[in-house]
Amino acid sequence: MIVQALAFYMFSLVAIAAGVLVIASRNPVHSVLFLILSFFNAAGLFVLMGAEFLAMVLVIVYVGAVAVLFLFVVMMLDINYVELRRGVLQYLPIGAFVGLLLLAELLVVLSGWVVLPQAASLAAAPIPPLDQVTNTEAIGRILYTDYFYLFQTAGLILLVAMIGAIVLTLRKRPGVRRQKIADQLDRKASDAIEIVKVTTGSGI
Amino acid sequence: MLEIGLSHYLSVAAILFTLGLFGIFLNRKNVIIILMSIELMLLAVNINLVAFSTHLNDLVGQIFAMFVLTVAAAEAAIGLAILVVYYRNRGSIEVEDVNVMRG
Repeated sequence: MIVQALAFYMFSLVAIAAGVLVIASRNPVHSVLFLILSFFNAAGLFVLMGAEFLAMVLVIVYVGAVAVLFLFVVMMLDINYVELRRGVLQYLPIGAFVGLLLLAELLVVLSGWVVLPQAASLAAAPIPPLDQVTNTEAIGRILYTDYFYLFQTAGLILLVAMIGAIVLTLRKRPGVRRQKIADQLDRKASDAIEIVKVTTGSGI
Repeated sequence: MLEIGLSHYLSVAAILFTLGLFGIFLNRKNVIIILMSIELMLLAVNINLVAFSTHLNDLVGQIFAMFVLTVAAAEAAIGLAILVVYYRNRGSIEVEDVNVMRG
């Protein structure tokens, strides 16, 4: 029990500290790296809660794909980040006000509710005991049956996002010479070479 | 204190969500940080979903968290693509320049 508590406090404190540094650090590359740290610790929290599959998916999708994408974009764009930090303190009071208000509201909501006693029997898909069915298998069993259409729709969303990102960033720059393989293959010897009979001494 | 329950996880999620919102206010100019703040907020929502899923012994929360993850990944890809196109056209990523297109 004490190990679980220690792990929880470690993961949550590091996640929150990394979250603070994401929004506070001057260099966006550092922000991305702290975002990765935050996601890793959130994955640790997921493991503590017993959602191992989701924890691993979080690490693969966020750390492996999304964070690297952020890193690519941050490094690809040549931006004066010092310039962007100018005037940050201008929004600090209103931001702190709204943030603290929201936090206070969330914490008030947190303390003022009870779980219905019959809530346990209302579960749509009760989690099977871990010694019989692993978390991954349990998720697979209901994801591919009850939520099959939603699963397909999620795949469609990813496809649309992929096509959209490609279409948005694809561009044809004028003045860039590219290899035109079709034209190269289309070329015949008769178009390219001319055989001239040269009489001796007269030149062409 | 040592008994970790639902409210502990919900507190962490609430703090992370607030940090995301605060980040949007604080970095009004830098779109990249704003996108990262949105990711933080979605992460907080996922922690909430999984915490309730565990507490109520219902697997549907985890399924839903997975769909949230999918949408977050798609959103990040599209958002960064728009950012790159915007940078190409304008040479900066300041949010305050966006209104240049007004008719």
